[in-house]
Amino acid sequence: MKHKTFLWFFLPSGMAMFLFIAMPIVSVLTQSVYAPHEQVIREVENCTLFGCSKATQIDQEATRALRDAEPMGRFVGPSIYTDRNHLAFAEIAEIWRNASGLGNFFGQVTNLPFYDALSFTLTYTALVTPLSLAFGLIIALAVNALPRLFRGPVIFVSLLPMIVTPLVGALILFWMIDARGVLGAALQALAGDPGLSIKASTPLMWTMLIVYGVWSSAPFAFVIYYAGLQTVPGDTLESAMIDGASRWERIRYVILPHLLPLTTFMALIKIMDNFRVFEPIVSFSAGAHAKSLSYFIYSDLGGETRLLSSAAATSVLTIAGIIVLISPVLVRTWHAFGRVRA
Amino acid sequence: MTISLKRLFQSALFSSSLLALSAGAASASCGDIAGRVSVVGNEFPAIHTVTKAAATCANDKVTVKANLTADHQKINLPGMQGNPAEYTSAIIATSSITPLLNGNVIRPLDDLVAKFGQDIPKRQLITVNGKVVAVAFMANAQHLVYRDDVLKKIGMEPPKTYEQLLEAAEKIRAAGIMKNPVGGAYATGYNLGLEFINIYMALGGELFKDGTPTASVKNGQGVAALELMKKLTGYMNPDFLTHDSNATAAEWEAGNVALMNFWGSRTGVLMDKQGSTPEVYENTKVGAPMTIGGGKIPATTLWWDGWTVARNIPDADAAATFVAMKTGTSPAILNDATMGQAVWMIEGYKPAPVNQGVMLTMESGAKPYPMLPYMGLLHAAIGENVARYLSGKADAQTTLSDIEAAYTAAAKEKGFLK
Repeated sequence: MKHKTFLWFFLPSGMAMFLFIAMPIVSVLTQSVYAPHEQVIREVENCTLFGCSKATQIDQEATRALRDAEPMGRFVGPSIYTDRNHLAFAEIAEIWRNASGLGNFFGQVTNLPFYDALSFTLTYTALVTPLSLAFGLIIALAVNALPRLFRGPVIFVSLLPMIVTPLVGALILFWMIDARGVLGAALQALAGDPGLSIKASTPLMWTMLIVYGVWSSAPFAFVIYYAGLQTVPGDTLESAMIDGASRWERIRYVILPHLLPLTTFMALIKIMDNFRVFEPIVSFSAGAHAKSLSYFIYSDLGGETRLLSSAAATSVLTIAGIIVLISPVLVRTWHAFGRVRA
Repeated sequence: MTISLKRLFQSALFSSSLLALSAGAASASCGDIAGRVSVVGNEFPAIHTVTKAAATCANDKVTVKANLTADHQKINLPGMQGNPAEYTSAIIATSSITPLLNGNVIRPLDDLVAKFGQDIPKRQLITVNGKVVAVAFMANAQHLVYRDDVLKKIGMEPPKTYEQLLEAAEKIRAAGIMKNPVGGAYATGYNLGLEFINIYMALGGELFKDGTPTASVKNGQGVAALELMKKLTGYMNPDFLTHDSNATAAEWEAGNVALMNFWGSRTGVLMDKQGSTPEVYENTKVGAPMTIGGGKIPATTLWWDGWTVARNIPDADAAATFVAMKTGTSPAILNDATMGQAVWMIEGYKPAPVNQGVMLTMESGAKPYPMLPYMGLLHAAIGENVARYLSGKADAQTTLSDIEAAYTAAAKEKGFLK
């Protein structure tokens, strides 16, 4: 394609990307380095149904003067990024000085809210991404081996977890794992411990969230792999069979290399998806045991007093996290692309 | 499921009747007003009653509409920041008025009270620094809810203190009546934060260093509050950190729980005949909130619900809103159907048995929930960190330091602390 043609072809999507992707990111970045003005507090007497009491109030007149002087708010630079509720540099230095060992150090660091959320988010991404791809591939291979007659219904059933709205799917599972639910009660019977509760135990809750993640995203991998399997060249497979390759060897040396570009593509999408895991934590009411970065942003915005700058800082850190995580895959794709062109 | 469907149906009925009212009906009592009335508020029967009555003011010169939703707190501030504001009135409670005061989006009502509201009893007027900012119409509080039959079986009186409650819980468990006899809204976040605040204040704890925005919960009362909460959760369903008010009510209606500290506004649901067996609803009784360790202050906080008028609207709209909301909370709204919906702070209100708990709480010397600009930040910090303590991730001292540190970082960002 000529450069000029390409430019005209790309322009509309480029404009849309600028408006809907670049501008919001710039806005979030700006938001994260500005904070609300210092509030001038004055003591007042409040009277309610239950009598009068001393309280405090924001002095709106005095605060308005500050606000008019700097309409953007107070420029705070990176201080929200480094405060205790985010990267917590000062606190980590302090913990490093006083920690009795590496285990103790990491224990104390994950007690900090941001690292607590980060540790779950990373664990979730690291486990759910490969596991959902692997399960998707297994289902695709199995369905592909079925007689044509059964494929349709089996594909439909396998896609169900993806069709069900994430919140609803997670809620169904949430009720099943309740101490009085079918899975929860079964687990109690299996473990012989009537007090066992998935919702009360952090490791079990993490496991449950990861299981949900794999369950809900394996169908995506399955669909893509199944489509990919239809394009595997039949003659290569046949010659492999003539050479005496077993089914496993055919998968290992013919099918997997053929599906590699798809795998890269899906890994990219899934890493981005999983890194912003959110719905299952809400549906499972798992906030006490597992927080993700997205959930962290959500609770900053959901409280009675909204922490916009804090939410913006966490959003920027999430974007940074995604860039770091997908950069190896991107670099790989870049090289592959370069090789093809050369 | 049947209950929630029925409620959905009821609220649908309410909203449709509201629409019908705003469409045509003329009114006699609203006087000579003209303007736009748009109300945002929480969604429960008492508030439906208020907005429905306010809508009787609608005529060709006055439009009345209401947006009642459980997410009202997320939309009321943004909905009142514009000029003109989308909502001319927000129905709020003790804690949810502070973001509106902080954002300076509600107007002082003194001139409107002087002009249109001479007959509003003075105690209903909520004042900040001598200026009327809201008009209260109902009170709410958490208090003891107990199963009479279960307590009779173990031969105990309804507990007056948390110590007695723990004793009763142990006896109920030992007698094999219930495995986890204690209930409570202990869901991580807002609910759990409030339980800590209730208990901490009953122990005589102060949340802030005298009059400043500096949090102070790291003290003996803080530790004692955490330890009491841990003891209580020992008698709760192990999933307690996921139980909000709705789930707690469901546990009660399922007959799994015999003792809890629970919202007065929700006891009606526990005592009605829906969603439960006669054994449970006939034996559900309410009592005064409990004290701790021989203290005089009960472990609960007093709440009021009231209405406000937006600042960024024309004066005519403000006057129309004031008059419509005043009509919505006038003695005329009280009848047999609405009487039991809340502890109305309106003349002519006669408490029903279901409302006894809140009445007893108001007489018991309970403290009101603090109305401070930075209270929401501390409440959120408490709610998150107490969950870590109760799930065994942090000890009491660490938890209390974490609460203070998390609050401090947030308060610095918001400009309350330097």
